[in-house]
Amino acid sequence: MSAAGTATDVEAVIGLECHVELSTRTKMFCGCRNAFGAPPNSNVCPICLGHPGTMPVPNRTAIEYIVRIGLALDCRIAPDSLFHRKNYFYPDMPKNFQISQYDLPICVDGHLDVQVDGESRRIGITRVHMEEDTGKTSHAGTTGRIAQAEYALEDYNRAGVPLVEVVSEPDIRSPEEARAYLTELRAVLQTLGVSDVRMEEGSLRCDANISVRPVGSVELGTKVEIKNMNSIRSVERALRFERDRQRAALESGEPIAQETRHYDENTGATSSMRSKEFAFDYRYFPEPDLTPLEPEPAWVEEIRAALPELPAARRARFETEYGLSPQQSGVVGGQSDWASFFEDAVALGADAPSVANWTAGDLAALVNESGDGLGASKVTPAHIADLVRLVDDGVLSSAGAKAALAEAFASGEPIEAIVEAKGLRQVSDEGALESVIDEVIAENPGPVQQYLGGKDGAINALVGPVMKKTKGSANPAVVQEILRRRLARP
Amino acid sequence: MPELCDRTGHELASLLRDGTTSPAEVLESCLARTAALDERLHAILTPTVDEARAQAAGAEDRLRSGGASAVAGIPLALKDVLCTSGIRTTAGSKILEPYVPPYDCTAWARLKDAGAVLVGKTNCDEFAMGSSNENSAFGPVHNPWATDLVPGGSSGGSAAAVAAGQAVWALGTDTGGSVRQPAALCGVVGLKPTYGRVSRYGLIAFASSLDHVGTLTRDVRDAATLLSGIAGFDPLDATSLPDPPRDFTEGIDGGVRGLRVGVVEDWLGVEGTQPGVRDAFHAALDRLDGLGAAVEPVKLPHADFALSAYYLIAPAEASSNLARYDGVRYGLRVDGDDVVQMNMRTRGSGFGDEVKRRIMLGTYALSAGYYDAYYGQAQKVRTLVIRDFEQAFAGVDVVVAPTSPTTAFRIGERVDDPLAMYLSDVFTIPADLAGIPAISIPCGLADGLPVGFQVMGALRDEATVLRAAFALEQDLAFDARPPLVAEVAP
Amino acid sequence: MAVPIDVDHVARLARLELTPDERERFGRQLAQILEHAERVGQVAAEDVPPTSHPLPRSNVLRDDEPRDGLTHDQAIANAPATEGGMFRVPRIVEQG
Ligand SMILES: [Mg+2]
Ligand SMILES: [Zn+2]
Repeated sequence: MSAAGTATDVEAVIGLECHVELSTRTKMFCGCRNAFGAPPNSNVCPICLGHPGTMPVPNRTAIEYIVRIGLALDCRIAPDSLFHRKNYFYPDMPKNFQISQYDLPICVDGHLDVQVDGESRRIGITRVHMEEDTGKTSHAGTTGRIAQAEYALEDYNRAGVPLVEVVSEPDIRSPEEARAYLTELRAVLQTLGVSDVRMEEGSLRCDANISVRPVGSVELGTKVEIKNMNSIRSVERALRFERDRQRAALESGEPIAQETRHYDENTGATSSMRSKEFAFDYRYFPEPDLTPLEPEPAWVEEIRAALPELPAARRARFETEYGLSPQQSGVVGGQSDWASFFEDAVALGADAPSVANWTAGDLAALVNESGDGLGASKVTPAHIADLVRLVDDGVLSSAGAKAALAEAFASGEPIEAIVEAKGLRQVSDEGALESVIDEVIAENPGPVQQYLGGKDGAINALVGPVMKKTKGSANPAVVQEILRRRLARP
Repeated sequence: MPELCDRTGHELASLLRDGTTSPAEVLESCLARTAALDERLHAILTPTVDEARAQAAGAEDRLRSGGASAVAGIPLALKDVLCTSGIRTTAGSKILEPYVPPYDCTAWARLKDAGAVLVGKTNCDEFAMGSSNENSAFGPVHNPWATDLVPGGSSGGSAAAVAAGQAVWALGTDTGGSVRQPAALCGVVGLKPTYGRVSRYGLIAFASSLDHVGTLTRDVRDAATLLSGIAGFDPLDATSLPDPPRDFTEGIDGGVRGLRVGVVEDWLGVEGTQPGVRDAFHAALDRLDGLGAAVEPVKLPHADFALSAYYLIAPAEASSNLARYDGVRYGLRVDGDDVVQMNMRTRGSGFGDEVKRRIMLGTYALSAGYYDAYYGQAQKVRTLVIRDFEQAFAGVDVVVAPTSPTTAFRIGERVDDPLAMYLSDVFTIPADLAGIPAISIPCGLADGLPVGFQVMGALRDEATVLRAAFALEQDLAFDARPPLVAEVAP
Repeated sequence: MAVPIDVDHVARLARLELTPDERERFGRQLAQILEHAERVGQVAAEDVPPTSHPLPRSNVLRDDEPRDGLTHDQAIANAPATEGGMFRVPRIVEQG
């Protein structure tokens, strides 16, 4: 039987672990630049290469950033927290241990509210802790697959970059909810200005734990971990696949193995990576080269007071203050760059709902299909403000406005200039239209006869060609009025 | 008239200042001594003659232009666990045999800036793990008092070099007694300051929460002078003391009248304590009494367990600190079919027996299920040892004891019995666990071999330790010289 | 009495290749050392806090200011094997 057939009978229990690279100037424990895309092993020093005798000293700004994140997620900031060493061998880890946190993380017990088809769900945040990133391994050999690789190459530019791990409670009940959670988390992090949150570049990474159980049952099924999902969309797809796979297993009574599974972007499927029977033994112990963190309450309050308006609050404000629909506020209120774009356009005196329409509608569409973010777009708030004004003044038809916006997106030219250059101005001036209309009357004897014969609807068969000849710049209402005058029935 | 290389640092400093001699002369005197004796002592692994001659010339200019520091132009040796930029640093291990650090440890960087002259990197037990210097991958160091005996360890090369006149003074490291015990066995002065007094940056880590940089000198004043040159907060070591730099020779000659001196009487009963050591210790106590000090017994109830706690804490930290030696970024590599095999072969053949034993012991002590019983419990015992000292120092100003239960023993005598070897640190380990300052000075001979007298003080109270040791030293006027030295410099 | 150590498991965790002789010798010596070390268990310390540093300090942090690191050549100068400016290692097989 098809999984979909029983889709309502089981529910997924999902928890997400997100790793966020902070956008500090320097690394977590040394003064090397924290920069993406530099030549291999060019942003390194004895400390982040794990040379004998070197020692870590934590980056104050990174600590401030994680406190910001904790406060934004309504966490409790621990008065006393510790760095631990997580011991395991891997060549991308210069010291063969990762400085991380264990039983005393900086932030605990928070939550994040997300909107899933119109209703709000509260997802618990277990902990937010500070650690360091690893270097990058490239597996070299004939095939690209790790299994057949002949050797590997290590680049340590990323080693020691400040990494924040955000661990959710298993409160997520569907792949759609997981997407909503990640989208909201990314929006929060972006608004806080603590990370580039680019999943493609790995500055936001996510692993998922998922099990399924019959709806209504309370005990948890066998937990499976999924890795290697590099976009919010792939997280959702991977979780869909895995939910259905586990549901099918449940129905056919096959056992579900507790294991780590690897997501394949191309097939959209997950496959077994390594079974957990070799339990890792990380031998955590307090990092003896570092002192405990005891954030001054006053300092924490300073950071709290300086927090920016968070996405949820901003969306609510846009709906009340500007009268936007939830859909519109979702688009222009969620991410901080869209929000400031919207408010800048409104500040230029344009009507807010119309600005929201054009921004959340046509502009969002253009930006999405371009694949690059709003930042890369040539369209400025001024473009949208002008566009809205010209439409309101009847200078642009909506068709003309669409064309103008598309051109502005491509060239970045001012709207006015585009309107003139492309002759998009909507023509209402009768003199200019008379000659065109005469031609159309001459060229369309049929519809003319029908109209004169009393078939009123035939007038449209004449309006059309006029609009065509004027490349849509004519004002249809005016055209019809002139036609009726010209063909006045006796 | 002793040769220049047999003088103290402060004597040489004044001779240099009044132009009686030059840094070059002093250096050549040390180099000549090395040429004459090092074949038999093997104290120096890597001579740095060219660097030394250049540095001596530099010191010459400083002295002429006046205002040179007390260490300018004085020949110094560094234990080979202290990183020196561009100069091979092996930690006495095969695994680092080819390693050339790209940076200087902070202690050497400070002395270098002050015009010190580096004559070489001294032999030591592999990764400072040992009490006899027999664990060096490059062969043992021989004791200048009798070349068939060990010099003690792990800073045996530094102690032997100072005793033999190959350097006027040297830096060593003390994790369980590795400065004080070889000082005692070689008849020189060994000072281990308060934990964090001297930066550990660039000290190749053995056990981070126990590692100290210390000094090996000809007398107590030199110990205070050399310490003044390396002490002080270092932004590269988060655990270094915030105290401002200062001159530790100040008040050193204040005497001991009225000083309350506590004797750990339980320790004198420790089995295996050599009668001659006990006698020399008591004779020194009488001197202190004669100088007006008030000698009284003190108890350190948990000191009995210090050795056990140490042999859990130190190996645990070592197992993690030494994980970075994996054949990837620096040092030895023994190839393998995959990275795990390469790691295991590299470490299997690169590390010596004692290092492997301690790595395994520490890995075991931290592994799942054993942490609480071993590492966790050992850290609690460490707390109790610290409290014992706090109580003792509430009643006395310093605590004294023999430095080592025996004088220098035969090379090979204890290699097959690790536990017996560990017992030679039973009197020095407590001060490392507590992080308190402690010094060992020669207090006489037993069967023709030097005996060390240990003075321990409260945290940060180097001043009182140095004052007590100086008074005793002046009164004892110990002036015996190693036969070997008398032989080449009659 | 010391729990007999699973020498092979520990050696694997610690990435140490041991000869049969070493396996036997270390197993014996470690049991002996552990027996002595286990004496810490005789101390009643339930309510005693652990010490990880003799001198407790906190919040020692650095400013987010770039410091010069190594040139690329310095960075790989000590490397046993490199390729394309990266550290070359034998193939990595998924394992524990
Ligand atoms: Mg993590
Ligand atoms: Zn770095």
